[in-house]
Amino acid sequence: MLAEVSRREDRAARTRAELAQQTRVGDALVRGLVRAQFALALRLSLVVAIGLGGLPWLFAVAPAVGRVTVLGVNLPWLLLGVASFPFLIAVGWAYVRLAERNEQDFTDLVQRPER
Amino acid sequence: MGNGFVVPAIVAVTLVTVGIGFYGLRLARTTSDFLVASRAISPTWNAAAIGGEYLSAASFLGVAGLILKYGVDVLWYPVGFAAGYLALLLFVAAPLRRSGAFTLPDFCELRLGSRRLRILATVFVIFIGWLYLVPQLQGAGLTLATVTGSPYPLGALLVAVVVTANVALGGMRAITFVQAFQYWLKLTALAVPAVFLALQWQADARPAVTPPDGPTFRTATTVVVEHRATLALADGRTVEVRPGDELPFAAGDPVPEVSGVATDAADWLLPSAAGDDDRGLFATYSLILATFLGTMGLPHVLVRFYTNPDGAAARRTTLVVLALVGAFYLLPTVYGVLGRIYTPQLLLSGQTDAVVVLLPGAALGDGTTGRLLAALVAAGAFAAFLSTSSGLLTSVAGVISTDVLGRGSVRGFRLATVIAGAVPAVLALHLAGLDVSQVVGLAFAVAASSFCPLLVLGIWWRGLTDLGAAAGILVGGGAAVGAVLVTVLGPPLSGWPATLTAQPAAWTVPLAFAVMVAVSVATRRRAPADVGATMLRLHAPEALRL
Repeated sequence: MLAEVSRREDRAARTRAELAQQTRVGDALVRGLVRAQFALALRLSLVVAIGLGGLPWLFAVAPAVGRVTVLGVNLPWLLLGVASFPFLIAVGWAYVRLAERNEQDFTDLVQRPER
Repeated sequence: MGNGFVVPAIVAVTLVTVGIGFYGLRLARTTSDFLVASRAISPTWNAAAIGGEYLSAASFLGVAGLILKYGVDVLWYPVGFAAGYLALLLFVAAPLRRSGAFTLPDFCELRLGSRRLRILATVFVIFIGWLYLVPQLQGAGLTLATVTGSPYPLGALLVAVVVTANVALGGMRAITFVQAFQYWLKLTALAVPAVFLALQWQADARPAVTPPDGPTFRTATTVVVEHRATLALADGRTVEVRPGDELPFAAGDPVPEVSGVATDAADWLLPSAAGDDDRGLFATYSLILATFLGTMGLPHVLVRFYTNPDGAAARRTTLVVLALVGAFYLLPTVYGVLGRIYTPQLLLSGQTDAVVVLLPGAALGDGTTGRLLAALVAAGAFAAFLSTSSGLLTSVAGVISTDVLGRGSVRGFRLATVIAGAVPAVLALHLAGLDVSQVVGLAFAVAASSFCPLLVLGIWWRGLTDLGAAAGILVGGGAAVGAVLVTVLGPPLSGWPATLTAQPAAWTVPLAFAVMVAVSVATRRRAPADVGATMLRLHAPEALRL
């Protein structure tokens, strides 16, 4: 049991060294992390690009949408003036959670490489 | 105006700002204390400080003024100003903090190891900083002139002198306390009067924002024209008015239509539709690109990230900032909308940026409540000028002292502060007639076309080279700078040339990215040999303790 623990720690130390010394294994690990984080950032910016960036186009091709009123207020005013801010915060909150999970996965991978 | 509360309120805000500055001065002992606030600032303070620094004259005055004037289409300004923090969070916050770079020029040298690129970045930091400082000083001049009747240059010079002295003497530790205090002051100064305004609107039996016959004057008003304009009167005649003309109106008179302003209810209320104006759609998308991507390239925003303890904290701080800033941006819309009812004369005089300051008095009358709220708003406006200019000045002065004067000493920093503060003060005195938010929008466009591609590609793409980065900044950023200069100094344009220069981001940002990538690929042998180590440093979580 003790031997297994120390072997695991050896492996973790070796992986850390591989990262620091830029071996092929270490390099591949970092590339994987960067790719995962970048893909996450791109996915969430796509959500914003469609959710918010689509609005001017929508208002332009379907002017009727702009005349819809909710509680006496025209829809574009509600969407832009009010709803856009919680939407942005929600996307940001999701990003922080998912990005931290990516980093946790990476840390686990480095510290327990046998998994 | 004769409001006896306004001047004491402005003096109080200024004194508190200076006072906290001196309190910080006693704590700031060494050069490193002075510049980076010792990196011992808690995330909550830091987030409030970032918010306080970011919410400028453009946010506090300009957004409401634009909404009053142009309606729903300019709601993209507040949305974009907030969304900029999301882009910063997604692509920049954590890696930038881990890079250890304190300024944008630092990041250039750290990532690409090039002195020459560092110099180019320095030039752009100074240009963007000054371009952003001018409207802050303009806003100060306008506010003081509106509420006290003092000459325009007095307010601009007052803020320039107070901020320069405070930054030169207190450094950044002081600024962090000042900024955090000012966020809450600004939020209060807009939120409390907004509640009273909404109640007043209810009490007035909810007058329509866009009455079918167009806006009317609620009370007898004499409008003093500030900008040359063409008016279309209710009886069909058109009149040319010049600055200084006085136009008397009785209560209930319709507000004449002003050329170039959305007086017509439908134009103001509804988004610009396809077919009638493609340029409108282009300008909207251009504005979205500039504000979404420009925030990360603003020099005073970036410096703050260094005060987070690590990358994960930088991300969480950014999220809090997004929430704080988002909460604030719910408010200017209220002022812009109610301004249509209570201060339609601003559409005629052209002083729409003054709506936030004038609305409480106009809607609530000359009673004590109205005057107190007007004083609160004026104090909040001054907080906006002081905090944003302090942050900008700290960054520009920091860059000038390390990269231009080449001295890291406290004395060098003070000299740099005086230089950095004097130039925009002179510019603000000569450029009085521009919309505050539009000048700020141009600063965002330049930042989005120069530093945004540099940061995003530098953080996520190993292939970026120093030549590629320099070419991208020169071509994309240079095109945006050219558009700014044509808009601010050049002859009046119309049609597509006007749109392409007034809202350049939609073509300059893709241009900057394309040039940066193409030249980097062509010079790929120049990619730094240690890029692998840099990537590890930017992206590896701190938990690994590498």
